[in-house]
Amino acid sequence: MKVDFTVNGKAVSVDVPPDMPLLWVLRETLHMPGTKFGCGVGQCGACTVHIGGKATKSCQVHAQAAAGAKVVTIEGLSPSAQHPLQQAWRDLDVPDCGYCQGGQIMAAAALLATTPNPTDAQIDAAMNGNLCRCGTYLRIRQGIHRAAQINNPASKGRLSTEKLEQAL
Amino acid sequence: MSPLALDRRSFLRVSALAGGGLVIAAYLDPVSDLFAQGPGRGGAPLVPTVFIKIARDGRVTIIGKNPEIGQGVKTTLPMLIAEELDVDWSAVTVEQGDLDAKYGSQGAGGSTAVPTNWMPMRQVGAAARQMLVSAAASAWSVPESELTTASGKVLHAASKRSVGYGELADKALAMAPPDPASVKLKDPKDFKIIGKSTLGVDTPAIVVGKPLFSIDAVVPGMLYAVFQRCPVFGGTVASANLDQIKAMPGVKDAFVVEGGTALNGLMGGVAVVADSWWLAQKAREQLKVTWNEGRAATDSSDAFAAKAQAMSGGAPGQVTRKDGDPNAAFASAAKVVEGAYFYPFLSHAPLEPMNATASVKDGKVEIWAGTQQPGSGRNLVAQTLGIQPDDVTIHMTRIGGCFGRRLANDYLAEAAWIAKVAGVPVHLQWTREDDMGHDQYRPAGFHFLKGGVDASGKLVAWANHFVTFTLDGQRGTGSGTVSATEFPARFVPNYQLGTSMIQFGVPTGPMRAPGSNGIAFVMQSFMDELAHAAGQDPIAFRLALLSNPLVQAAPDPNAGGRGGGAGGGFAGGWDPSRMRGVLELVRDKSGWGKTKLPAGTAMGVAFHQSHAGFFAEVAEVSVDASKRVRVNRVWVAADVGRQIVNPITAEAQVQSSVIDGMSQLMSYGITIGKGRAMEGNFDEYEPVRISQAPKEIHADFLLSDNNPTGLGEPALPPILPAIANAIFAATGQRVRTLPLAKSGYSWA
Repeated sequence: MKVDFTVNGKAVSVDVPPDMPLLWVLRETLHMPGTKFGCGVGQCGACTVHIGGKATKSCQVHAQAAAGAKVVTIEGLSPSAQHPLQQAWRDLDVPDCGYCQGGQIMAAAALLATTPNPTDAQIDAAMNGNLCRCGTYLRIRQGIHRAAQINNPASKGRLSTEKLEQAL
Repeated sequence: MSPLALDRRSFLRVSALAGGGLVIAAYLDPVSDLFAQGPGRGGAPLVPTVFIKIARDGRVTIIGKNPEIGQGVKTTLPMLIAEELDVDWSAVTVEQGDLDAKYGSQGAGGSTAVPTNWMPMRQVGAAARQMLVSAAASAWSVPESELTTASGKVLHAASKRSVGYGELADKALAMAPPDPASVKLKDPKDFKIIGKSTLGVDTPAIVVGKPLFSIDAVVPGMLYAVFQRCPVFGGTVASANLDQIKAMPGVKDAFVVEGGTALNGLMGGVAVVADSWWLAQKAREQLKVTWNEGRAATDSSDAFAAKAQAMSGGAPGQVTRKDGDPNAAFASAAKVVEGAYFYPFLSHAPLEPMNATASVKDGKVEIWAGTQQPGSGRNLVAQTLGIQPDDVTIHMTRIGGCFGRRLANDYLAEAAWIAKVAGVPVHLQWTREDDMGHDQYRPAGFHFLKGGVDASGKLVAWANHFVTFTLDGQRGTGSGTVSATEFPARFVPNYQLGTSMIQFGVPTGPMRAPGSNGIAFVMQSFMDELAHAAGQDPIAFRLALLSNPLVQAAPDPNAGGRGGGAGGGFAGGWDPSRMRGVLELVRDKSGWGKTKLPAGTAMGVAFHQSHAGFFAEVAEVSVDASKRVRVNRVWVAADVGRQIVNPITAEAQVQSSVIDGMSQLMSYGITIGKGRAMEGNFDEYEPVRISQAPKEIHADFLLSDNNPTGLGEPALPPILPAIANAIFAATGQRVRTLPLAKSGYSWA
């Protein structure tokens, strides 16, 4: 079936099976491979995108349900690659293998949009659906705190990044 | 002592780059047997090599030759070259090399990248620098001794002249390449890149979702494939409803693959090729296959456990080691403790499920894949298709996790076979269930232990009846062995290790810290039981043991078993002073015995040597009345030699190992039932999530005067027993069976 929606601000029209997951529409039909396949059952979060600003596992969204949706993927998070989370991820070298990190950043971006200066507990709650098999969780927490500081330099933030800056 | 002698009979080769510039390759002696795990063992000799390209504008390109699996090697090895070349890291671009003999050794495993490349990579950089200096000396007619280098320039202080490497590159080509063994290396105090935290070279591309992984490969005209293997290991296809499948939407082809008998090669199954992966998968769901299940169909974890229990009552099939008189020592010991320990089969479960893209044309194969052993992959593809290895090209991509899974190349063989039969390039993509159901599993193991302490609290006797597995009834599995030098062998006067084997049909293979990841849990948990039986502090008890005179002074470095890191490891043997060093360091860093902790919270300790690294770890753990566990803080003390190459990556590997080990401790376990894996996805095999991760993981490196060794694996084994020992200290409950979830524990 024909499905119309927007991806990263651009209108797209695809002709796909109605039950094809948005994940595969993005990857194969639209050639946007930043959104990753990890489990296919909504357990790992590697396929996290924003739909209407909400972090959503795209393997769990049928193409027909995406009709009219505003979808943002990791490729479209920031045209200049300067989203505070992208800066923070570079500052702290958050990734190990990196496979989950697009999904991690998208989940974190949705969190920061509603909670500009989250606590560790708020981070853990918001990010618990995103697995990292390499175990970069401590740097993910630090990265989100750092992005919060970049977003709002006036706030002291919840984490001193001094040590990390020294490390780099 | 240098564990490696990489510089003998090595030489340099120099050639011109198309478009100008300098190419330097070092060809060095094979480092035989260092890559001591996986199916590549015994294959082509390993020859470390690296390339440097210097463009006329001074830009430096360095080839990353090894597979990047998240361990940071694509950054670490080029750092070594750039340091000795004496260029600014900001002037360097790193490119991934494809599989090519000109690069020499290309693999990821055994934590070998740093130890095997530490000297050769530096020598390559230093040799290139030397040639550039010679070129400048010739141009200026001054002695080389008056020249220095800095930031990609050759400098002559007396005449205040300087020239960029780019301008010298063509002239440097005419210089005789120096003997790499004789080139002058930097004094470590002058390092500007080595030892400085350096951003991963792919991180900027990762955070914007650029296609880096093999799942992202797209080839013109490519179709998508799925492959249904027999759920029972080793089974083959009797018949399948291919006509019905071929008629389904988007399906271009469907066919039976007969397959072979090697569990890490092309196995029997049904391939479905379609316009899109989703349609291929939808069609597959309608498959009706009659299988010849084969001999593994009766295998089950329950039957294995019953058989192991029965075996434990008898004499071991083989006595692997015997020192002193264990039976007499047990008879006269003040206290004797017995414990039956178990760890299950494990799946590697990297987040990127197995996949590969293959194109077959005119008898030649091109593959795009992430593999830890691309050379073995090329050979397997060639063998499977009946062509020559030279007719197989492997393009190496960044890899979305491995943990040892991609030491096997079965998915490359499948992609190549399917592409050949279908007659079009295909991208073969496994599901998560395929990945978990067709792994090369970490072997399960049963340990029936007995230990004795004397009246003074000294460990005097230790016996282990180890029950493991065999495919052929003769040999044990590659990483399911306990070596004759496994700790505490040689430190206890009366010691016996016996091994019995159960025949099975389950595919197994190395997993992060093979030969150590389960074994350390057993040895260091039982050590803790004995410390408590002796009424001693667990660290003091271990330090005393490590000070014992050795039963056998010189450990056999080749007795490390096929696990690569078991017992003596591959380099330099098992040095008690290095282990005492990290144990004392972690005691001091963690505040062991000096920190007042609330009820239900306690610290546990463990240590282990593997892959030439010495690690002692302390975990502070809280356990509530409902057996909910929280790991609050972890301290890791490590001795991996005198130099940490990239500190931020080193710390990341330690954190990664701790969290990976926590998953193994609490929740991971593959259950075999009717010859197949019963778990299929992350809801049944759940990795640690962020809310379960410790707040703090401290990594402290004890810089001993030993050559640098690897960090991808050896931090993992001690964390399991450190946490288990902390649970005992907090609750008095000793858990001897993994995963802990089987005993009612969960993460808080």
